[in-house]
Amino acid sequence: MKNVIFAGVGGQGVILASKILMQVAMNAGYDVKESEVHGMAQRGGSVDCHVRFDKKVYSPLIEKGTADFVVALELLEAMRKLDYLSPQGMLIVNRLKVNPAPVEAGLAKYPEDIESWLCSNVPYCHVIDTTQALKEAGSSRALNIVMLGVLSNFLEFDQKAWEEAIKQSVKEKFIEMNIKAFNLGKNIPVE
Amino acid sequence: MQKKVMLGNEAIARGAYEAGCIVAAAYPGTPSTEIMETIAAEYPDIKAQWSPNEKVALEVVAGASVAGARAMAAMKHVGLNVAADPLFTFSYTGVNGGFVIINADDPGAWSSQNEQDNRHYARAAKLPMIEPASPEEARIYTKLAFELSEQFDRPVIVRITTRIAHSQGIVSLEEPKKAELKPFMRNPQKYVMIPAHARPRHVFIEEQMLKLKEYSNTCELNTIEWNSRKRGIITNGVAYQYVKDVCPDASILKIGVAWPLPDAKIHEFCSNVEELYVVEELDPFIEDYVRGLGYKPVGKEIIPVCGELTPEIIDMAINKKKPKNEIPVYSGTIPGRPPALCKGCPHGFVFEVLKKLDVVVNGDIGCYTLAVLPPYSAMHTQGCMGASIGMHLGFEKARGDEMARNSVAVIGDSTFVHSGITPLIDLVYNKGTGTVIILDNRVTAMTGHQDHPATGRTLKGEETHELDLELLCKAVGVKRVRKIDPKNIEEFEKAVREEMEAKEPSVIISLRKCILTK
Repeated sequence: MKNVIFAGVGGQGVILASKILMQVAMNAGYDVKESEVHGMAQRGGSVDCHVRFDKKVYSPLIEKGTADFVVALELLEAMRKLDYLSPQGMLIVNRLKVNPAPVEAGLAKYPEDIESWLCSNVPYCHVIDTTQALKEAGSSRALNIVMLGVLSNFLEFDQKAWEEAIKQSVKEKFIEMNIKAFNLGKNIPVE
Repeated sequence: MQKKVMLGNEAIARGAYEAGCIVAAAYPGTPSTEIMETIAAEYPDIKAQWSPNEKVALEVVAGASVAGARAMAAMKHVGLNVAADPLFTFSYTGVNGGFVIINADDPGAWSSQNEQDNRHYARAAKLPMIEPASPEEARIYTKLAFELSEQFDRPVIVRITTRIAHSQGIVSLEEPKKAELKPFMRNPQKYVMIPAHARPRHVFIEEQMLKLKEYSNTCELNTIEWNSRKRGIITNGVAYQYVKDVCPDASILKIGVAWPLPDAKIHEFCSNVEELYVVEELDPFIEDYVRGLGYKPVGKEIIPVCGELTPEIIDMAINKKKPKNEIPVYSGTIPGRPPALCKGCPHGFVFEVLKKLDVVVNGDIGCYTLAVLPPYSAMHTQGCMGASIGMHLGFEKARGDEMARNSVAVIGDSTFVHSGITPLIDLVYNKGTGTVIILDNRVTAMTGHQDHPATGRTLKGEETHELDLELLCKAVGVKRVRKIDPKNIEEFEKAVREEMEAKEPSVIISLRKCILTK
């Protein structure tokens, strides 16, 4: 069983990233399930998607302590999902701070030490700098697909399979843009 | 067979299409909204529509059914409250063409004002209710619901929950049945519920429910999966999937017919296992029933009534698994990220003014309910669709005229059309002097930008008559109606002050498009 959580802020596109992952896994012959969040929670709130694939999948939700990957598009959102990671699980987190409403309103503080704390406390942690990739992609909105590209380095599916899944998951006019973003993410060096 | 990854809600739309559904109606509501959107986008032959509210949607579907069409209504759990009046009596009339109601409960209240368990409606209205546990089952059960409806002359409720509606899985695609109208026969004894007709129909319903009980006992929707007999778990819906993951060795009675429950299968299962558990989300609906049959399952003493279930909750409750903290706990404070109004949201200007004036705000259901939270903290009551205006009048009746000088009701355009018109009539009729602000952002925003009667566009994107809210308010007797762009903050503040001061009913239409509208 592979368990992957995408975590982010409403509007960052975690649903599309998980949709492409599901598609690539289904094309490879796996059973897949996923669970996502709609509605009020999406209005700038924390959002996540759980994706699971294996020969047979029952639950659409991942049990805490069993995620193979947590892919977080924002630093605070990574913190919220740590209890899902399995002991061998990997955290892939984008070096980005998005202030929640209470911080904007001056009612709370965004902790300064998240990145260093994650690096010293999560056994398998990769903090990703997507600045250059997003510049080349031409839009910060490509972040979800760039991060999917980073994740792809740790999964079994080949380039052709990913491109096919992207073609099946996005509108025709966005295919090229998304494949480019995916490749930019894939080529970000991960130490 | 072709297969596709689909959202549970998309699979329901597919099931309706494969069943030859002809008419479908809904009012948007998380987690049910995508059902009607998918029908409109993917299956253009189905006459699909947004209705002003769930009651109307259900009545349109009832009419289509009696007229001979297979028809389906979809709504969220609280939507069925709005539609409860027709629900209980269309149970008496029964159906002609298959009549299906999709009901989406929201355990965890992800996007709802409560966590009500609508299985109680099936029992109370004497209607069969079936419950899929995956997107693929959502398609199959929806299709089956049309068959059962015609076979047993009952509207059939398909109950889903958020984790079925908004989870994706692989769904098989079957060829659709040809959509055909059945003949319509005039039959007032069946379709006009005067007391003399209702009494014999009640007898008929009880007979049908006995037949459905027999169906429930023998059909494949209620299945026993024998495994180790040491532990037996009765479960339903998405909880079944969690149980399969965390208790792979247990025997399982999977309940697919939530009502009527299968006595014979429950007896067979309970008398053949050593430890008996019931694992279900929300209320002890199955558990109480099983107790009524004389068994003593372990249920709500370890499985929470409140909130949605998760695999780890069940794992900890049944297997006594202890959560392990592999990663140390962060010692600082992680600020929460509650949902908030978007930057540039037109509602924001309105609530800036209301906060400044420090008035009591009777609120309603929509994105703008988020104004209860910082930075605005400017909403003081809210209950259900349309309640703002009636409560506003109630405040004035209780605390006198002065209250109306220092308070407003706020309600969105779509919510106003859904349930705000009748209370506005009441405000005028019963000599209230309050101020209603219609937050008109020209769309049903929170559920994802659906059209409604005041946008002048249908679900299918066709142009239609645009309900004129200003004219409507004047027609019900409000003499002071003004339309203002809230971005003109000073003018807006002045208007709010003046209208609160006026000793007669007033409506301010705060007109500015949702910032997310393309």
